Amino acid sequence: MFVARSIAADHKDLIHDVSFDFHGRRMATCSSDQSVKVWDKSESGDWHCTASWKTHSGSVWRVTWAHPEFGQVLASCSFDRTAAVWEEIVGESNDKLRGQSHWVKRTTLVDSRTSVTDVKFAPKHMGLMLATCSADGIVRIYEAPDVMNLSQWSLQHEISCKLSCSCISWNPSSSRAHSPMIAVGSDDSSPNAMAKVQIFEYNENTRKYAKAETLLTVTDPVHDIAFAPNLGRSFHILAIATKDVRIFTLKPVRKELTSSGGPTKFEIHIVAQFDNHNSQVWRVSWNITGTVLASSGDDGCVRLWKANYMDNWKCTGILKGNGSPVNGSSQQGNSNPSLGSNIPNLQNSLNGSSAGRYFFPPLDSPRAGSRWSSYAQLLPPPPPPPPPLIEHSCDADTASLQYPHPRRRSLSRPLNPLPENEGV
Amino acid sequence: MEELDSEPTVTLIPGVNSQKKQMCFDWGPGEMLVCETSFNKKEKSDMVPGCPFIHIIRKNEDVYSQILRKLFNESHGIFVGLQRLEEELTGKSRKTQLVRVSKNYRSVIRACLEEMHQLAIAGKDPAIGRQFSIQVSSLSAMELIWNLCEILFIEVAPAGPLLLHLLDWVQLHVCEVDSLSADVLGSENPSKHERFWNLPGNTQTLTELELKWQHWHEECERHLQDGTFASSPHLESLCKVMLGDEAALLEQKGLLSTWYHFLVTRLLYSHPTVKPTDLHFYAQSSLDLFLGGESSPEPLDNILMAAFEFDIHQVIKECSIALSNWWFVAHLTDLLDHCKLLQSHNLYFGSNMREFLLLEYASGLFAHHSLWQLGVDYFDHCPELGRVSLELHIERIPLSTEQKALKVLRVCEQRQMTEQVRSICKILAMKAVRNNRLGSALSWSIRAKDAAFATLVSDRFLRDYCERGCFSDLDLIDNLGPAMMLSDRLTFLGKYREFHRLYGEKRFVDAASLLLSLMTSQIAPRSFWMTLLTDALPLLEQKQVIFSAEQTYELMRCLEDLTSERPVRGEPDAQQLQDDDVETTKVEMLRLALARNLARSIIKEGSLEGS
Repeated sequence: MFVARSIAADHKDLIHDVSFDFHGRRMATCSSDQSVKVWDKSESGDWHCTASWKTHSGSVWRVTWAHPEFGQVLASCSFDRTAAVWEEIVGESNDKLRGQSHWVKRTTLVDSRTSVTDVKFAPKHMGLMLATCSADGIVRIYEAPDVMNLSQWSLQHEISCKLSCSCISWNPSSSRAHSPMIAVGSDDSSPNAMAKVQIFEYNENTRKYAKAETLLTVTDPVHDIAFAPNLGRSFHILAIATKDVRIFTLKPVRKELTSSGGPTKFEIHIVAQFDNHNSQVWRVSWNITGTVLASSGDDGCVRLWKANYMDNWKCTGILKGNGSPVNGSSQQGNSNPSLGSNIPNLQNSLNGSSAGRYFFPPLDSPRAGSRWSSYAQLLPPPPPPPPPLIEHSCDADTASLQYPHPRRRSLSRPLNPLPENEGV
Repeated sequence: MEELDSEPTVTLIPGVNSQKKQMCFDWGPGEMLVCETSFNKKEKSDMVPGCPFIHIIRKNEDVYSQILRKLFNESHGIFVGLQRLEEELTGKSRKTQLVRVSKNYRSVIRACLEEMHQLAIAGKDPAIGRQFSIQVSSLSAMELIWNLCEILFIEVAPAGPLLLHLLDWVQLHVCEVDSLSADVLGSENPSKHERFWNLPGNTQTLTELELKWQHWHEECERHLQDGTFASSPHLESLCKVMLGDEAALLEQKGLLSTWYHFLVTRLLYSHPTVKPTDLHFYAQSSLDLFLGGESSPEPLDNILMAAFEFDIHQVIKECSIALSNWWFVAHLTDLLDHCKLLQSHNLYFGSNMREFLLLEYASGLFAHHSLWQLGVDYFDHCPELGRVSLELHIERIPLSTEQKALKVLRVCEQRQMTEQVRSICKILAMKAVRNNRLGSALSWSIRAKDAAFATLVSDRFLRDYCERGCFSDLDLIDNLGPAMMLSDRLTFLGKYREFHRLYGEKRFVDAASLLLSLMTSQIAPRSFWMTLLTDALPLLEQKQVIFSAEQTYELMRCLEDLTSERPVRGEPDAQQLQDDDVETTKVEMLRLALARNLARSIIKEGSLEGS
């Protein structure tokens, strides 16, 4: 892991959410300054802000992208009790010339009477649907029946959760075996120890969402919740951010064993629980294959969790603030990650990127006198006691470099110059 | 397999104060976004935004290295070849092939190593040079480990040849070994040694060799005991070396850069016919003696030791952390798996270690804008989760150009990944519609087999036609073929265009009956009937009779249907139609033309039948 770029966000207040689009070529940020900004990645890899506009009359908590099958569409939710849907308009040659794009508000969803705390688009196989949840304890599901007319959204479902809602997550499974499902978390902090995570499932017969499960063991305020990508499994994986990070599996009990027609029942198991953030955990999110979970907590760190092939979950990486200001005011950071000077750890260059740090203890970065570093076999090996590595760097004494004897190099066939696999 | 405790890697985010603030983040396909925030909404005191930066975090740096990309490209070919090897060969030829594959992998590492080394010494900037030399050191460690694994696990050299291989191994990897052996061998009695070392030849058995060697060994020992070399301390220590005396060897520690060099030297002089199974014993004691309690083993030592112990899983585990480079463990594990050396461990999701490592490696390749193409083949050879992983990764590839989109589609189509094909085409169709490129939108929605979207785009085409009186993208519409059946509206669009073509070719009778059938078969949307009837007008006004009497009745019925339903439905179109003088005139003109044509056709049909 390394910081490839740092981009000056230029928001006038706290940023609450950052969001990549489906392909990772665009991102959106939202802030207490009531605005949303959209950023585009150029061919050269630079990021440019292509739109910035006032979206709400309160702090904007969350911003999220619809699947590109529905065009370029964003949803935002705010303290101002509304959620809004935005669409990018193509054309406007003046804007294009200035490298700016134009976003128009397609709808304002005003049903909530309190702050709208989360907004999520449904999995694309369900069509263009949107769920919001709010501090008044209601999850609302909206649908745009005509994907070419995003100004018409109809409120399809209102699910009362009885508790102030903080977060929602759609189950991404598109398997026919799984009905649409949404998990809701509550950050209600009143002393009554009620379960804070509820799971609702859509019933084809009643055409309504009904409560399928309540995670009884989760009684502390929940700040975020995330279903993992399904990978063709029969069961579901759900991550929860509460006073710690928890990972649950939800295994559907076979239908014939349950009363027919009712919601699916699940066998629920906790498979991991980590209190490494010391206090509250605020965000959890899965990578695109659901193999790594990232969590963010009160310790100011983002931690990465991964199950090895023994189904044993471990922290494999930590992103931590270094507390010092970003160098200079240049808005783009390293353009050459391999050689950049602000790579925190030299080891990252080849033998230390976090990729492999998974099963085992870390290797110290090559240090002076380390035998590891002296295994640079093409370099003159250090006589004992080994002098500092620096004296053995390659410019030290090139004359003494010995390549293996030619007769030993029979296996070292010359490498054909490869045409670079460029320009896909 | 027991777990070793591991410390996670720490990546520092500049400018973020983790003491006071938290971070919000998001995953992208190949990168992560991180940004300072404060989640505790109650504490509004600190209104000043701290770090106003969004940080892009990348996971895998290797894929961005030009030189390592050659490693990835070259080894990909070897990997794919190895997967094909599976069915073809058995027995000895199979082993020969596997050894050859292993050597190919090593030669790729070595080529990379040399190129990296050139860069390390060529660079003016010492910092850059240091970066490269770290990579050189890492690559050479990889080759060292791989080579040892090749000797022990793939060649499976028996006692005798084993030591020869180990000598080669040390010689290849310890640069100064040539000078060292020259030192040692040069000053001893060379003939004696050479005669010994030509063994074991084809003519001699291992037992014969052992006997002869024993004899020679005893002779040396006798010389030493008799004090033959007492006058010369150098000669005496040389003799001790030849007897494999550990203390004497250790005195020359300076010449033996590493413990494994010491090991091989020691074996050469004391146990030339060492059996593979005894290796770990000598290796362990050599390591202990060489380090002499001064320092503790480092990761590379542990890896090599695990190899000498023939503990393949331990080798892979240790390599996974020490190298932290999926390329190495993925390819080595795959090769060892082809050697049938890995017991199948039942893993999470029912996957195994080979697949686990290949999936990690391939996922890393997908972070790169072109290396993902190599990743596809790796996923293809992961029977459990390769397919679903490929599905999740490939749909995230940015479709920046049509060419790239076609490349991605080809990969999906070859693998019957219908949902991904549909989704990609749909994304492109949507993009084209938004940019008003209707032809492109139509062909993508046909490819996506998206009937609803094809209907939508067809409507746009028809709307454009109504507004402008001509069609765009004629080539596409004229050559729809069976794709026309995707949606009724698309069928109509195709057929309507066909009507225009027939009309243009002056095939009026065909054109007329097609036009009529579009309405009577209900393919044409009602909203379009008035346009169709208007199109009939010139045909009705032709000199010769084109519409038969029966056809004319049908046309009249269509017109009456349309005009009579208007007030009831009250659609804006209908309303407009009624209000609009032009439209009213049109209806009257149509009625007149129809009546006239009816008269003419009755006369014509009557006179034809009469004749």
